[in-house]
Amino acid sequence: MIASDPAIPAFDKQDGQSDEARVEAAMRSFVSEFGVTTALHLESCVRCGLCAEACHFYVTTGDAKYTPVYKLEPFRRAYFREASPFAPLVRALGLVKKPGIVDLEQWQELIYDSCTMCGRCTLICPMGIDIAELVKEARHGMFKAGLLPDRLALMDRTARQWGSTATPGEDLPDILAEAGRSYGVDIPCDLDSADILVTAASAELSEHTKALADAAKILNRIGVKWTMHQGGFDASNIGFNNGDMELQERLTRALIDTAVRIGAKTVILPECGHAYGAARWEAAKWYGQALPVRIIHMTEFLDELIASGRIRVNRIGETATFHDPCQIVRRGGLEAAARRVLAALGFELIELKDHGVTGYCCGGGGGVVSNQRATTLRHKVFEMKQQQIEATGAKRFVTSCGQCRITFEMGARHAHWDKPTESLLELVADNLAG
Amino acid sequence: MDLLTFARGPALVVSLAVFVLGSLWHLAGVLLRPRMPDLSPARQGAPEKWLGALRAVKHGLWPRKEFGQAALGSTINGYVFHIGLALVFFGYAPHIAFIRRVIGLSWPALPDLVMYLAAGASIVSLLLALGSRLLNPVLGKISNLDDIITWAIVILPILTGMAVVAEPSAAVLSRDRVIYPVPLAIHLLTLELLLIWFPFGKLMHAFLFVFSRGATGLRFSHRGVEV
Ligand code: SF4
Ligand code: SF4
Repeated sequence: MIASDPAIPAFDKQDGQSDEARVEAAMRSFVSEFGVTTALHLESCVRCGLCAEACHFYVTTGDAKYTPVYKLEPFRRAYFREASPFAPLVRALGLVKKPGIVDLEQWQELIYDSCTMCGRCTLICPMGIDIAELVKEARHGMFKAGLLPDRLALMDRTARQWGSTATPGEDLPDILAEAGRSYGVDIPCDLDSADILVTAASAELSEHTKALADAAKILNRIGVKWTMHQGGFDASNIGFNNGDMELQERLTRALIDTAVRIGAKTVILPECGHAYGAARWEAAKWYGQALPVRIIHMTEFLDELIASGRIRVNRIGETATFHDPCQIVRRGGLEAAARRVLAALGFELIELKDHGVTGYCCGGGGGVVSNQRATTLRHKVFEMKQQQIEATGAKRFVTSCGQCRITFEMGARHAHWDKPTESLLELVADNLAG
Repeated sequence: MDLLTFARGPALVVSLAVFVLGSLWHLAGVLLRPRMPDLSPARQGAPEKWLGALRAVKHGLWPRKEFGQAALGSTINGYVFHIGLALVFFGYAPHIAFIRRVIGLSWPALPDLVMYLAAGASIVSLLLALGSRLLNPVLGKISNLDDIITWAIVILPILTGMAVVAEPSAAVLSRDRVIYPVPLAIHLLTLELLLIWFPFGKLMHAFLFVFSRGATGLRFSHRGVEV
C-alpha cells in the first residue's frame, strides 16, 4: 500500500465497472493519448532520477515513490506494450508487464494526490520530458476506469450537473447581486450583448466573492460593456484536473459559446491557474478551430490596463514577495506581467529563493487542494513555502491564483501562521487611483 | 572462418544493418505517430517554432543553477563518460583505421595518452553511475533491466578494448597482421553487440534527446516560456 497515511485507503473507486472493464477502459484511453510528443517523452527517459530533485513532494518527504517519472509507470507500460515501435516484440516476449487493476489502484495516489501538474520537473529533466502533461493524460485513463479520489469524483458530478462545482447557473444572478450589495458595486449579469465576458473561479462564487466585486470595480471604471453570464461563468475547469475530457470540453464550450452568443470579443479568466491552462491553451483543441474570441487572464488584463493608462493605481510602497502560480507562470508565460503590476503598486519586490519559472508549486494544484487525502503532503509543502516566504522578510505576500491562495490559507491555518495571502486583483481594485 | 574474420565480416554487416534499420524503424515509429496541432494563439513575441525548439535543446545541455548540486554532479558524470567514450571511439588511431576500412573516411588521431586517460575516466564514471543506480533509492524505484543491460553493453567494448592495448597504436598500425586475433575479435564483437542493442534500449536517447527537448521547446515557447 502506498498511502502516506496508513489509516486512509490509498484509492477510491467509482461506478460499478468490473475490474477487467476498468483496466480495459484505462488502457484504451492511455493508448489514445500516444501522439508524437507523448511517445517521444515516454521513449527518451534515461532514468537519471533528476526529476525527483525538482518535485516538491519528493523534496519535502524524501520518499522515492514521489519521483516524477515513477508516477507514470502504468502509463509508460501501456505505451511500451501497445504503441511503441517494438510493441509486438515487447508483448510476445513479455518484456513489460501489462498494468493490472492493482497497479492502477495503487498508482491513484501518485497520479492524483502527489502530482499538482506543476511542471517543475520538466525544467530539470535533461530530456525535457513534460511529466505534468503525461500525468494529465494518465488521469484521462484513470477517470475512464472510475479510479479517481472520491472527493474529486463528487466535484465532477456536481460540475456535470451545474456547470460549476460551486453553484448552479440559476443562482448566479443572486450571488452577483449579493456580492454587489456587500461591496457597493454593480455586477452586470446575463446581458444579451457585451464586449467582454467575465468569468469566475469556483471559490469566488462561494467564499471569495470579493473577487467578483473587485473585477467589477475595475471593469466599471474603464467603461466597457461587460457581463457575467449563466451560460458560462465558472472557468475553473474541474474536467481538466480530474481527467474528465467530456466535462472539460463541455465547460470550455460553455465559455466560448456564451461569448460568441453575446458578441463578446474577449473572455476574461479569473485569478485561477488551471482555468488559464484549460482555456488559454486548450480551449481551441476542444473548439476544433482557432477561437473567435481572445482569452485573457486577469493578471494580463490588469497589466494591459495599467500599461495603457486606462487605470491608475496608488503606490503602496511596502516590501512584498510573490508566489508564481505554476499554470500561469511556468506553464503559462506570465512571469513578467505580475511583476509589472506589483511594480505599479509601488511594491519593493523581494523574490522567493525559488521564483519565476523555477518557483515551487503551492502544493495544491491539479486538484490536490480539494483532495483531503493529500492534506499531510500539502502541509509538508506549505512548510517549505512558509520558510521561503519568511526568509524574504517581506511585509506582504501576494499571488495571482485563487487556488494557490486557498492552499496557502489552509496551510497557514494548520501552522498557526498569521500572514495573509493577498490577491493581486484585490490589491489593484483596493488601490485604484482617482 | 576464424573468429576475427567473422567479426570483421558477417557479424559487422549484420550488426550495422540492425543498428541502421532498427534505429530508423524506432525513430519512424515514434515520429510518425499522430500529431495534434496547437490551435491556440501564440503569446505575443513568441519566437519562431524552430527557434523555440532549438533553445530548449540548448538549455538541456546544462542544468539551471537553481537545481544545485544534485543536478550538477550527475550531469558532470554524464558528460565525463559521454565525452570519454566519444574521444576513444573517434580519436584512437586503430579505431580511425578501422572506420577508414569500413566507410573510407579518416581524420587525425589523438595521442595514445589522451586515449588512456579518456578510457580510464569513462570507466570510473560508468562505475559511479552503476553505484548510484544500485544504491540510490530514487534510481532503485525507476531503474529497469534496460539500464543494467545498457550499462554492461557500453562498458564491455571499453574493457575488451583495454585488453588488446598492449603496445602503442603506431606499432599496432605499422604491422600488416594482427597479433592478438582472438581478443581483437572479442573486442569487435562487443562493439557489434552494442550496435545490435542500440535501437532497442535507452541508447536511442542519443537520437531522441533532440526531438524530446525540441517538442517541449515548441510547446512552451508558444506560450512565452523558455524551458
Ligand atoms: S529527469 Fe527526465 S530523464 Fe531523468 S528520470 Fe526524470 S524523466 Fe527520466
Ligand atoms: S509536475 Fe510538479 S508535482 Fe508533478 S511530478 Fe513534476 S514536479 Fe512533481
